[in-house]
Amino acid sequence: MEEQYTNYTPQDFKSDQEVRWCPGCGDHAILNAVIKALPEVSKELKYDMERYVFVSGIGCSSRFPYYVNTFGFHGIHGRAAAIATGVKVANPTLSVWQVSGDGDALAIGGNHFIHAVRRNIDINILLFNNQIYGLTKGQYSPTSPLGAITKTSPYGTVEHPFRPGELVIGAQGKFFARSLDVDVKLTKEILVEAAKHDGTSVVEILQNCVIFNDGAYSHITDRENREDRVIVLRHGEKMIFGKNRDKGLVLSGLSLKVVKIGEGGFTMDDILVHDAYNPNPGIHMMLANMQYPDYPVALGVIRNVKDSTYDDNVRDQVLEVMKNSKIKCVDDLLNSGDTWEL
Amino acid sequence: MDKQKSVQELDEVVVRFSGDSGDGMQLTGTLFADASALFGNDVSTFPDYPSEIRAPQGTVGGVSGFQVHFGNRKVNTPGDYCDVLVAMNPAALKANAKWVKKGGIIIVDVDQFNEKGYQRAGYKTFDAETELNLQDYKLIFAPITSLTKESLKDSGLDNKSIVRSKNMFALGMVYYLFERNMNFTERFFEKKFAKKPEIVEANKKVLHDGYNYAANIQAIANKYEVKQAETLPKGRYRNISGNTATAWGLIAAAEKAGLPLFCGSYPITPATEILIELAKRKDLGVKTLQAEDEIAGICTAIGASFAGNFAVTTTSGPGLSLKSEALGLAVMTELPLVVVDVQRGGPSTGLPTKTEQSDLMQALWGRNGEAPMVVIAASTPSNCFDYAFMAGKIAMEHMTPVMLLTDGYIANGSEPWKIPSMKDYPEIKPPIVPEGTKDYMPYARDAERLARGWALPGKKDIEHRLGGLEKDFLKGTVSHDPINHQKMVDIRAEKVKRVQEYIPEQEVFGDKEGELLVVGWGGTYGHLYDAVNEMRKAGKSVSLCHFNYINPLPKNTGEIFSKFKKIVVCELNLGQFANYLRMNFPEYKYMQYNKVQGLPFTVVELVDKFNQILEGK
Ligand SMILES: Cc1ncc(C[n+]2csc(CCOP(=O)(O)OP(=O)(O)O)c2C)c(N)n1
Ligand code: SF4
Repeated sequence: MEEQYTNYTPQDFKSDQEVRWCPGCGDHAILNAVIKALPEVSKELKYDMERYVFVSGIGCSSRFPYYVNTFGFHGIHGRAAAIATGVKVANPTLSVWQVSGDGDALAIGGNHFIHAVRRNIDINILLFNNQIYGLTKGQYSPTSPLGAITKTSPYGTVEHPFRPGELVIGAQGKFFARSLDVDVKLTKEILVEAAKHDGTSVVEILQNCVIFNDGAYSHITDRENREDRVIVLRHGEKMIFGKNRDKGLVLSGLSLKVVKIGEGGFTMDDILVHDAYNPNPGIHMMLANMQYPDYPVALGVIRNVKDSTYDDNVRDQVLEVMKNSKIKCVDDLLNSGDTWEL
Repeated sequence: MDKQKSVQELDEVVVRFSGDSGDGMQLTGTLFADASALFGNDVSTFPDYPSEIRAPQGTVGGVSGFQVHFGNRKVNTPGDYCDVLVAMNPAALKANAKWVKKGGIIIVDVDQFNEKGYQRAGYKTFDAETELNLQDYKLIFAPITSLTKESLKDSGLDNKSIVRSKNMFALGMVYYLFERNMNFTERFFEKKFAKKPEIVEANKKVLHDGYNYAANIQAIANKYEVKQAETLPKGRYRNISGNTATAWGLIAAAEKAGLPLFCGSYPITPATEILIELAKRKDLGVKTLQAEDEIAGICTAIGASFAGNFAVTTTSGPGLSLKSEALGLAVMTELPLVVVDVQRGGPSTGLPTKTEQSDLMQALWGRNGEAPMVVIAASTPSNCFDYAFMAGKIAMEHMTPVMLLTDGYIANGSEPWKIPSMKDYPEIKPPIVPEGTKDYMPYARDAERLARGWALPGKKDIEHRLGGLEKDFLKGTVSHDPINHQKMVDIRAEKVKRVQEYIPEQEVFGDKEGELLVVGWGGTYGHLYDAVNEMRKAGKSVSLCHFNYINPLPKNTGEIFSKFKKIVVCELNLGQFANYLRMNFPEYKYMQYNKVQGLPFTVVELVDKFNQILEGK
């Protein structure tokens, strides 16, 4: 039987609320990408609009649910992953999206973040990484680079930053992707992939906070240098990058190495082919950790591995136990076990 | 039956089993309580165990006790003092001798009363009888350890397993004393050790040998008999602990509402058994999520509530502290949620295995902002079922978080319970918004309850956004308008107050006016009732007003207070409920009787206190 679904347009997913991010904030572009991705997800997965739930914590990015015309829950700082988990377990048919900033997800919510990933609950986590606290006006975050000068680190931070990809893969994450706020097309493409993935999908979006951390990513987002400093990974394709598509990644010993094709004896055949589906996290971890200037920054879907999900396991277990139990209602329960008549 | 021994009939008896925390006293006590209940006695139990899983062996700090009170009529407390004490080692005797009635029976394992045993327990001499002044008691020195070894020497079991079953020898002795049938206990072994027939046989043998030993020695002069309780209503019974009853009451509420039950929780003593009990009930569709911490526990529950499950979270004091911020979120989003707090000794991690009533203020006000919440307290192990059910009903029908307070004493304690029928419980009708509702306003309210509608994700045309920021009065969108905020604060308070119209009027035990009104709440019910009952029998003008509904208070509360010359508020804290009443009804004067020792009241101390008050002291 042919399933019914509506052909949505991005306009359908725009709420009537005034968007209140600073002009030029990277969040606008991400919203734009999401609103473009949702009709496509709906079409591919045959989802009606009312099936989407956007859950967030607190922060500039966490205002996101107000701007999408679906069900939304703007929670408390750091707890979005826990709230989203509850939503999904309560009703596994919902398509649940979490929006969090780097502070929300990795500082106050670090615990919930890694446990959501570990459980592999089928939610899509959009991690807006601006390496700063936006809403509270410019304090360093757990992704701010060592030495970053911010309002609360006037002499530079003395702490080592998290690398979200490493954290996700370390927590046995099955899906990790990275995008740039300015690259709406790539972000949209990744979001569709994330939605199609069963399990926790973490999409790190490098986002520019024009007010408190402007230019944090300009070294890789500037039009002039972008192609030489980032690599877009696509499953089954060679890991090539550069303005002239003449640079690539090879395996040298136990590390990745950037080479120029045709130089130093390296040919196209030596260049690695991206296998996002490989369960072995080794190369994914290396790809996720690549940093400029030694490496290009990896964008695209870095890891996409199938595994059972928490919500499916919960549902299956409940159905199994229900089927095999003699207890069918509370009266049965109350009268079970050792009872006696007086 | 042995003709030489006389059988003495008693109305009620208290037995306390005590030993090292590794001696299996909790199981021994539970088995005895169950056997007594099955025999037809009414029973009340009190497990009292140390918080360290393994305190140094043989020390007073490591003593674990389990008290069983059974009688031929309604039994309301586990009893102040015991008629029989079983002490498996010198430490247990030292810690518990003061709880034995003068003339009571004390059975000790004399094998443990050696130099090492005495030293570990911190005795000054090697003569417990003199040192503890036990001349007026019937002391039975039984070589329990060596007889157990002898009993099982051919069993093929290793020495450790053999010694471990000495608690069953002691239990056998007590079974003889009270002519208990051992079938039930034997069936328990068969079930529990189904895969280890040699252990089943060993336990049975030791139990019987203990029984026979008690029959053979002349030391136990009498057998005792406590007849079946005839005052209890006819019907089908089971034993139930407060935590199990709480879990089942929540499941019952979910069934009546026709919604799945979701529990997001994190283990903490003494609340953990609720989660454990719920986790077993997948057969009734219950979903339990053991979260990474309490904050995640309540937040998953809030998410589940948003998505349309009947959501609950369970915890104890320190866990409740962690949940505070999310409680405010539940108040703001006006979603149904039941939060169970099984109170224990505080502050901080305090006395984790001991009982107290000191979370009341936290339950009422432990949140930022004006964040009123319905607060209910259960008062007996079995009525945890009813109040958990009511908590669910109020949460879902009034769209509000509800805090259910129990405490370690009633949570761990158990009693026989006449099994109710679900058809006698009221319907639960949450205001679920129909799919396709046009112009749905998330914060529009029904006129009586002031509850907003519950619009579930996945349903057409009622998409909306909730969150912790202040809401517009109707649309529910974010609003920072000052007048709107005032209106919302007022209406959230009024909504909780309106619950008053849906709860029963407060009842009074005894005359409706008189000299002294004893006021209590929660788990102190049994002791307060027995104390007041005893005084009333002695012709004193005393009545009891025991609260289960705390916020809001029942409508007729002030009227009740106005009819008594004196009011004394009794609670296991420094006066939290007393202060709450002072705030609500400042026109009355409240005396206080408080105890904060990690222990329940005793009836004796309550009666003493009430007599002093009546005498104007
Ligand atoms: C419990 C609690 N602590 C602190 C805050 C203050 N606070 C709000 S947002 C925020 C950090 C936001 O940074 P991030 O999550 O990176 O999001 P961004 O604003 O950059 O998008 C902080 C510290 C709060 N709302 N709640
Ligand atoms: S403060 Fe920064 S992150 Fe927040 S809205 Fe403005 S630009 Fe965006």
